[in-house]
Amino acid sequence: MRIQSMQFKARAHGALADAKLQSVMRRFGSGFVDKRAAAREAYGVEAFEGLRDASAAIRDRGLANLDAWLLRFEEQATRAGTTVLWARDAAEIRRHVLEICARHGLRKAIKSKSMVSEEAGLNEALEASGVTPVETDLGEYIIQLAKEPPSHIIAPAIHKDKEQVSDLFAEHHHRPRLTDTEALTREAREMLRGHFLSADLGISGGNFLVAETGSVAIVTNEGNGRMVTTLPKVHVAITGIEKVIPTLEDLSTLNRVLPRSATGQEIENYFTIVTGPRRVGDLDGPEHMYVILVDAGRTRLVGSDMQQMLRCIRCGACMNHCPVFQTVGGHAYGWVYPGPMGSVLTPVYNGLENALDLPQAATLCGACEVACPVKIPLPELLRTLRERQMQAGLRPWRERAGFRLWAFAAKRPRLYALATAIGVRVLKLMGGAKGRITKLPLGSGWTLGRDMPAPEGRTFRELYAARRRR
Amino acid sequence: MPSGRRVGLFVTCLVDMMRPRIGFAALKLLQGAGFEVLVPPAQTCCGQPGWNSGERGSARALAEKLVGEFERCDYLVAPSGSCSGMIKTHYPALFQGEGAWLARVEALAAKTWELTDFLLNVARLDLPPGRFRGTITYHDSCAGLRELGVKQQPRRLLARMPGVALAEMKDSETCCGFGGTFSIKFGEISAAMAETKCENIAASGAGTVVLGDLGCMLNIEGRLRRRGDEATRVLHVAEVLAGESD
Repeated sequence: MRIQSMQFKARAHGALADAKLQSVMRRFGSGFVDKRAAAREAYGVEAFEGLRDASAAIRDRGLANLDAWLLRFEEQATRAGTTVLWARDAAEIRRHVLEICARHGLRKAIKSKSMVSEEAGLNEALEASGVTPVETDLGEYIIQLAKEPPSHIIAPAIHKDKEQVSDLFAEHHHRPRLTDTEALTREAREMLRGHFLSADLGISGGNFLVAETGSVAIVTNEGNGRMVTTLPKVHVAITGIEKVIPTLEDLSTLNRVLPRSATGQEIENYFTIVTGPRRVGDLDGPEHMYVILVDAGRTRLVGSDMQQMLRCIRCGACMNHCPVFQTVGGHAYGWVYPGPMGSVLTPVYNGLENALDLPQAATLCGACEVACPVKIPLPELLRTLRERQMQAGLRPWRERAGFRLWAFAAKRPRLYALATAIGVRVLKLMGGAKGRITKLPLGSGWTLGRDMPAPEGRTFRELYAARRRR
Repeated sequence: MPSGRRVGLFVTCLVDMMRPRIGFAALKLLQGAGFEVLVPPAQTCCGQPGWNSGERGSARALAEKLVGEFERCDYLVAPSGSCSGMIKTHYPALFQGEGAWLARVEALAAKTWELTDFLLNVARLDLPPGRFRGTITYHDSCAGLRELGVKQQPRRLLARMPGVALAEMKDSETCCGFGGTFSIKFGEISAAMAETKCENIAASGAGTVVLGDLGCMLNIEGRLRRRGDEATRVLHVAEVLAGESD
């Protein structure tokens, strides 16, 4: 997918000016947040915190010997009849999938949600070579009709309201326009049913890879994942190498924390573990199964100060809890992954210089970190990326100079006292009778949408010294 | 926990410049609780602006300065969750792997307190000296809440004041949009977040919003006035507790 993260500010501006999006985002606001909080409460707060610790530890155990677990996965998956392929980057993902299509003569692909396939721009590549991709997750289906990228990793069409969906369906299905949610959903099911039955390729992601059994675990709420992995002749699962976990026991722990963190559900509606293609005597399943293990920047994080990011299980809790995401939505971020996890992943996968705003576009409020089921210290990682930007000379010189000047003065109490004494008097004057400044020469970002309350006019240190002298 | 009674008051740079009266309110509260309060005269900034912006060097220099100024006190208390959070949770990261410095920093971090946390849990303040009549809604500042666990402390203290009624706003724990330099770099998003906060404050029905950090205070007050709300008062918790809010 083409990265547009350098336009974050302009895109956020557009999002703020889009009344429809704003009303959708307002409703999104605390929805998932409240549901997660209720699920945590129901599980027992202390027990849930224990579950987060255990989940982080499982992910760390997998990452500590990532190479070994991956080879174990490959060995076990191969034994079960799966063909394991490795992809170094997005181009290799596309090449593998197109080769599989050519080898088996495949013409139509049904897809269950896969963010890695978004990284690869897979749908465009399939279309270009004559294979029709059909997204079968309802949200993904909607945005495929709208020709838009997902705006959220588990709720890809969260930026659309019902009216927009009605319009899209009426336009593309050539049927009378429906407005009832249930009726719309039924219409989508009817449209998808034909695709499910006529497709010869199923493409899925993978929530987890289980090393000890060579299995791919997939969670969905709509059951489309099960259709995609069983109906077509060929099933291809595409997922990042970091998704490997050692054991089924680990899977059961992570599968307790994932749905609760994502949507506040105790368990997803469908939980599928796929181990190899159809065996003799099996009632269903594909004739061929492939797993594409994707690097695309991930190994660079191993052993680095960003390694903890690889714990991510793609639940979306960080963006659900992020007040910036809640305000501007996911498209502003300009690549596959939005919100706090995206603000880390986008620059580390695509280069610091291609997403300069993202590590800065956070208040470091910490809401993401306390919600993260695998305890990724997202604010710390964002801060580290800011430091890297600074070291690489990627920040404007005025910003760097500003901080250095501040530190220079703050290290020299006399100079500092003088400068602040003058500063507060000037600002006090600027504030006038009402005591607030409506235009700041060097802080127009502030006064664009707010006043700056004026200072009292004398510094604490001046007043305190005067009081001591009395 | 140290048993001494010498509190070093870290005024914080924003209180020093913008709202000295909050510094005096903190001073009054600490002295009233029977502590000897030192105000190191050369104190300036904890280094948080540099730290959060990736300017580690400048953060580091200011941290060294602050440690030297306060390590002789039995406690360091600040009327700010974000500055005390900086010292308590981020200074150790800033000095990681430096034996002697790290030991000094960790010792200071261990005796650093946010003001209301200190008043409730160390000073065991029964009845705040201030007088206040009215309904208050409390905004939880991010660093105080999530780095230091400051949530019930200010509410408990305020609830002990006879004239105070507390009315919780929706999403009191959601960031107001300040975020330090974020508020200037991304002014438009920041102001939109402040607007959401202001809507929740208005919906709470309280006439006063109280909080514990200057950044949030300037942000929320600035947005309230810009949206034409001249009536809602914005006060620091120290001002209310000390009775310095008029």
